[in-house]
Amino acid sequence: MGIRERLSGNEAAAIAMKQINPDVVAAFPITPSTEIPQYFSSFVSNGQVDTEFVAVESEHSAMSACIGAESAGARAMTATSANGLSLMWEMIYIASSLRLPIVMSLVNRAVSGPLNIHNDHSDAMGVRDAGWIMLFSETNQEAYDNLIMAHKIAEHKDVQLPLMVCQDGFITSHSIENIELLEDDVVKNFVGKYKPEHYLLNDKEPIAVGPLDLQAYLFEHKAQQAEAMRNAKKVIAEVAEEFEKISGRKYEFFEKYKLDDAELVVVCMNSTAGTTKAAIDELRAQGIKAGLLKIRMFRPFPAEEVAEVLKNAKAVAVLDKADSLNGCGGALFEDVVSGMYVSNIHVPTLSYVYGIGGRDTTVNEIKTVYTDLSKVVSSGSIDNPYRYLGLRK
Amino acid sequence: MSNLIEIRWHGRGGQGAKTASLLLADAAFNTGKYIQGFPEYGPERMGAPITAYNRISDTPITVHSNIYEPNYVVVVDDTLLDSVDVTAGLKPDGAIIINTTKDGDELKKSLKNYSGSIYKIDARKVSMETLGKYFPNTPMLAAVVKVSGIMSEEAFLEDMIGSFKHKFAKKPEVIEGNMKALEMALKEVTKV
Repeated sequence: MGIRERLSGNEAAAIAMKQINPDVVAAFPITPSTEIPQYFSSFVSNGQVDTEFVAVESEHSAMSACIGAESAGARAMTATSANGLSLMWEMIYIASSLRLPIVMSLVNRAVSGPLNIHNDHSDAMGVRDAGWIMLFSETNQEAYDNLIMAHKIAEHKDVQLPLMVCQDGFITSHSIENIELLEDDVVKNFVGKYKPEHYLLNDKEPIAVGPLDLQAYLFEHKAQQAEAMRNAKKVIAEVAEEFEKISGRKYEFFEKYKLDDAELVVVCMNSTAGTTKAAIDELRAQGIKAGLLKIRMFRPFPAEEVAEVLKNAKAVAVLDKADSLNGCGGALFEDVVSGMYVSNIHVPTLSYVYGIGGRDTTVNEIKTVYTDLSKVVSSGSIDNPYRYLGLRK
Repeated sequence: MSNLIEIRWHGRGGQGAKTASLLLADAAFNTGKYIQGFPEYGPERMGAPITAYNRISDTPITVHSNIYEPNYVVVVDDTLLDSVDVTAGLKPDGAIIINTTKDGDELKKSLKNYSGSIYKIDARKVSMETLGKYFPNTPMLAAVVKVSGIMSEEAFLEDMIGSFKHKFAKKPEVIEGNMKALEMALKEVTKV
């Protein structure tokens, strides 16, 4: 039986970690994810978990400690945001290339500068090519559920990659909302015991971790990493099916909201998807065929599947909460558009950069995107594909 | 979502507006509602104007934005009336609830073009008489429950005992005073 609760997104993440009860948590506080290690450290001191909590002196050390622990054969977790993730940068790549299934709770925040503590996705987009599985969460519930599923995906023998669960800083991390928790033993049974194939503390099999890897092999190792990322798709789908059995909650690579017959479609991630649903409900009441494609699995990117579900749309808007500053659209836009192109699907598609540095995004603003899309459809012309939403003029 | 109630809190850093919004979310949750309680974080410093929000509904809430057209506005510090447009977007059939000792004419003058309902309460008096210190958020929490009718007074008080026991687990001596503050505030809030 699910437990009806009300929690902030950070509390939800911390409780997921408590129920997972990993061997090691290493973290350094940074807004807006600080509460996660803060709550978790109280679980440690209260004896509610068996975890070795390592209060490190920087995020670089946090990821290094997770790498050390995971290499040794332990299950390791961390949490961070924005510049904390930036400081981990070097170790982020090492974690994935060493094929260590570390799980991170990333509470999305703008990367400085100038200094801004509020939500956007520039931190996550900075590591989109780092070889981590990336799951995005609309709500506290999804942040919790994605974390419960995380280890089963990351540790699967065909995957063995680190995984980060993203949620929006402050917007969900600091908002108290309804949530349904699973019982401790249900989570424990679901997550299972970590049984690494190769690990440093195995005295039967001495191994080296992270030695020199030059022209002869690095290419092949990178190809294996890429293969693991492709494999992750199947595993993410399988784990979601198992999760549905214990929770009743269904997760796919993406959520389709009133999408099947939609002519005008918004694609976005995290909390804005909820605001978009409210906008769609209002537009549908006026007879406008609006729909949403909410990306949950951003890495690996479900390119073919996205193209398939967008093929009947008349116009699409992709909302990026980070500006790639490349002059040609945000990261999610590029992935969606290239996915459609490769599948030979050509739907007029607009790029919107929005919500930078915590700029609030309202139902009415989302409705203006659908208005723009209907203009594209009626005029048959895109005019400027690279747009902003909510930018002050 | 016609049953959706949106509340905006205006206070100053340190007065507990955020805590009050979270306690209100808690109380509504315990009556079976769907809730959101969230602050709008800015530079966090004592005395700076802060805003916090509540959404309360019988059905799931998907919107994740601030509240621009609230049903109710709670003003925890009346010095904000001069510097913040507290009635911005306030629905005409809603109400504003102000912690103040000012009289009705003064309040109407401060609120300029606002023509909706105004309620007031002297939260300082309530707080000093029941807690011996100035914590305006507890009386204001009771005041908004009373004015909005989100839940019955009995259910609210019963629920708050539990919340305070949890919140003040390390200083149980303040629970009684806080409960008295709620009870007194329910009686003290008046329509202007």
